[in-house]
Amino acid sequence: MAVEGFVPQDGSDPMVPEPYRIVERRRETSHTVTLALSSAGEVPTRAFQPGQFSMLYAFGLGEVPISISGSTARRDRLEYTIRGVGAVSKALCETPVGAMLGVRGPFGTAWPVAGPENRDLLIVAGGIGLAPLRSVIYQVLERRSHFGNAFVLIGARTEADLLFRDEYPRWRAAGLDTRVTLDAASGSWKGSVGVVTSLFPNVEVRPNRTVAMLCGPEVMMRFAAQALRDKGLSPHDIYVSMERNMKCAVGFCGRCQYGADFICRDGPVLPFGRLEDRLVLQEV
Amino acid sequence: MPSTLQPALAEHPFLRGMTPEALALLTGCAKNHRFAAGEYLATHGTQADRCFLIRKGRVALYAASAAKSVIVNTAGPGELVGWSWIITPYRYRFDARATEDTLAFDLDGACLRQKCDDNPALGYEFLKRVSIELGRRLDDVQLRLLDVYGEPDGG
Repeated sequence: MAVEGFVPQDGSDPMVPEPYRIVERRRETSHTVTLALSSAGEVPTRAFQPGQFSMLYAFGLGEVPISISGSTARRDRLEYTIRGVGAVSKALCETPVGAMLGVRGPFGTAWPVAGPENRDLLIVAGGIGLAPLRSVIYQVLERRSHFGNAFVLIGARTEADLLFRDEYPRWRAAGLDTRVTLDAASGSWKGSVGVVTSLFPNVEVRPNRTVAMLCGPEVMMRFAAQALRDKGLSPHDIYVSMERNMKCAVGFCGRCQYGADFICRDGPVLPFGRLEDRLVLQEV
Repeated sequence: MPSTLQPALAEHPFLRGMTPEALALLTGCAKNHRFAAGEYLATHGTQADRCFLIRKGRVALYAASAAKSVIVNTAGPGELVGWSWIITPYRYRFDARATEDTLAFDLDGACLRQKCDDNPALGYEFLKRVSIELGRRLDDVQLRLLDVYGEPDGG
């Protein structure tokens, strides 16, 4: 089961942004930036669970939901990896170190990292989808012996679009079998070319002891989940992170309604078995 | 051909489950081949007289223009490289080059065609397997055409 959605227990109003200061800014790709934020208010920097998101408020422009991409062990900061695709997210990407942002959350359900010992993990990320999974990867690295086989399969558009590339050697050295494939590559690329499912044939999946976590474009997750089902995985052992345009983030406004679920409250992390009938429908 | 190749062929994912009789026929067309990184397995436009079942390493398929060379696909252990030997006019459509040291079963295309013609059951079985690979590659290309990692509408 994905972890239940977060509701603040300290009496604070989840609709009121808290002030955070940007303490580090790192450019990942030409369109993507990672910001590290620390609380600048009375409430300490909030704890989070892998997979959860916050509402980041660029003052005067608006709010957008952004997944947390950092380590749960760093209690002094929250990291967000943001792709600048709209007015707010582009503004966030350009905000300098030292500037203030408003933050609500963290909200939503988490990846099922906790669980029985020696489970195999299959982490499948496409594009910016690696960001919400990096927190899982960090937790696995901290408790590597707790898990069985652990794979990280990464798909990206081009070599220049790969996120966190400088971290892959460390992940591999710690026993995470990290593999990368690109949609398109120049002649100098030595790795794999093809969609992320093209990495599956050479990955050993042991049904009933594997949990898969998928994050990326919905089409990618749907095909990846189907390929994993073909390998014998139960749809309830496959988790996906859904992206919708959240507004209130606490299940009031209905903006992110997806069938019977509010993605902000019931998701973003959900078992594929709960969604698979909806993922093939248009305009849901 | 050395008879010792048959057990190894039987273990290759592309051929797994084939009858011993079919494998015995195929073994007559097969040999082991090592390619150093950078070495070509096939060249665009030339006679497609071979195909390869990758055992270790990686092979990239290149489409080249005057300006640049682009990798359109790669194949790794367990995968097939080359189906032009079974489709007229039997000419390779891409360059295939090892991107790392690669070990493969090197199958003689003319020999395979002859055996498939002589033994329709073998030919049908082989063609079914090639078709699965073709379908998988087609799915892969169609998914990439969607450009799912392209810029979404954003906030």
